[in-house]
Amino acid sequence: MAKPKVAIYWCASCGGCEEAVVDLAEDILKVVETVDIVLWPVALDFKYKDIEAMPDKSILVSFINGSVRNSEQEHIVKLLRQKSQLVVAFGACAHLGGIPGLANIANRKEIFETAYKLTHTTANPKGVYPQLVTEIPQGKLTLPEFYDTVKSLDQTIDVDYYLPGCAPPPDLIMKGIQTLLSGNLPPKGTVIASEKSLCETCPRNKTKPDKMVIKEIKRISEVIADPEKCFLAEGIICVGPATRGGCGERCINANVPCRGCFGPTKEVVDQGAKFLSALASIIDANTDEEVKKITDMIIDPIGLFYMYSLPTSILRRKQGV
Amino acid sequence: MKDNFEPKIIGFMCKWCTYAAADLAGVSRLQYPPNIVPIRLMCSGGLEPSYILKALMEGADGVFIGGCHFGDCHYQTGNYQTNKRMAILQRLLEEMGIDKRRVRLEWISAAEGAKFARTINEFVQEITKLGPNPLKKEA
Repeated sequence: MAKPKVAIYWCASCGGCEEAVVDLAEDILKVVETVDIVLWPVALDFKYKDIEAMPDKSILVSFINGSVRNSEQEHIVKLLRQKSQLVVAFGACAHLGGIPGLANIANRKEIFETAYKLTHTTANPKGVYPQLVTEIPQGKLTLPEFYDTVKSLDQTIDVDYYLPGCAPPPDLIMKGIQTLLSGNLPPKGTVIASEKSLCETCPRNKTKPDKMVIKEIKRISEVIADPEKCFLAEGIICVGPATRGGCGERCINANVPCRGCFGPTKEVVDQGAKFLSALASIIDANTDEEVKKITDMIIDPIGLFYMYSLPTSILRRKQGV
Repeated sequence: MKDNFEPKIIGFMCKWCTYAAADLAGVSRLQYPPNIVPIRLMCSGGLEPSYILKALMEGADGVFIGGCHFGDCHYQTGNYQTNKRMAILQRLLEEMGIDKRRVRLEWISAAEGAKFARTINEFVQEITKLGPNPLKKEA
């Protein structure tokens, strides 16, 4: 019997998800033994036309990481959807929009100007800018079109399962691969992680005071955090209460608060709004002046509340730009 | 189109105070514009910020939140929570490019039917001046 075919593709991502696959270490050998990889641009040399030539649904599962922000990415993910029985959004960017999704507070023009004109390190005296089509003697050169708005994978194609995280931890990746290969499939739309919030399994939960109240909000870069105590109780913003668990508390164990890469739990639509609500409730302020004084200490609310989930939040992007 | 713009306002009101004030305004036969769609909550503190975002995203021209005066909350502290949440939400709205005047929080007790009618009058006037919510999709 032929081995099941698997594709791995990257869209707007940093390569960390590919790294996470490699981090399976010797387990990757077990995976490679049981499957036939048909596309993995970062590691293996396959051409898009090989995929185009395959019959529909001939790939068992495509693991796609990164958010979708240009025409090539959109084209390939649509192609992979057509050729695959299952599509897994792999990692926070494909799942929620991810860090590239924060570009949704700007638009294509602003990003272009910053990247090619305005930064101090840009030296471009001849004004050479990328074009969609460039004519050269040998023919036409083309570049993918860059979009105004960053999208998650499921805002572009139908997605069957989600492997959350930035990047997903190796144990969840193995669990995901084994589940899909076993043929014993979970319900469509399942996020392969815990159903509870990070605080449920956080090792610092036991240090949490009965009544949590904070008088000031500190940035992790400005203080030396106690390695045992609940970050929120210390006034350091930690998105754990509004974030799905299952990550293995990697950040917490490195004495860094949660930034929310696993996204909201199943019941929650908007991770940032939910966290805003939770944070507001522990602020110890009764008068308008006190409230203003403490809430003004929150630097960059969008970046804090929606670090990974802006494209899949209710508002999805900054309006009017 | 803009000449006969009638704003649509979603009102989230606490049943113990503002919602009762709306009832009082009604039985007192006070006049106020019919642009507000009232939604009764047990407490303004039970209002999820995501409801406000959703209302705006789906085209509400304004969102009104009515709760009890400080010290009057039936559940002791619900309105204090609302106050803090709205303070952060207003900052978020501003950064997301939404005019924060479209979301208004007021404390109106069950005895203040007249204040309710006056507040809604003012809010409808203000939203009419601001014009339609740019997020509204053409029907």
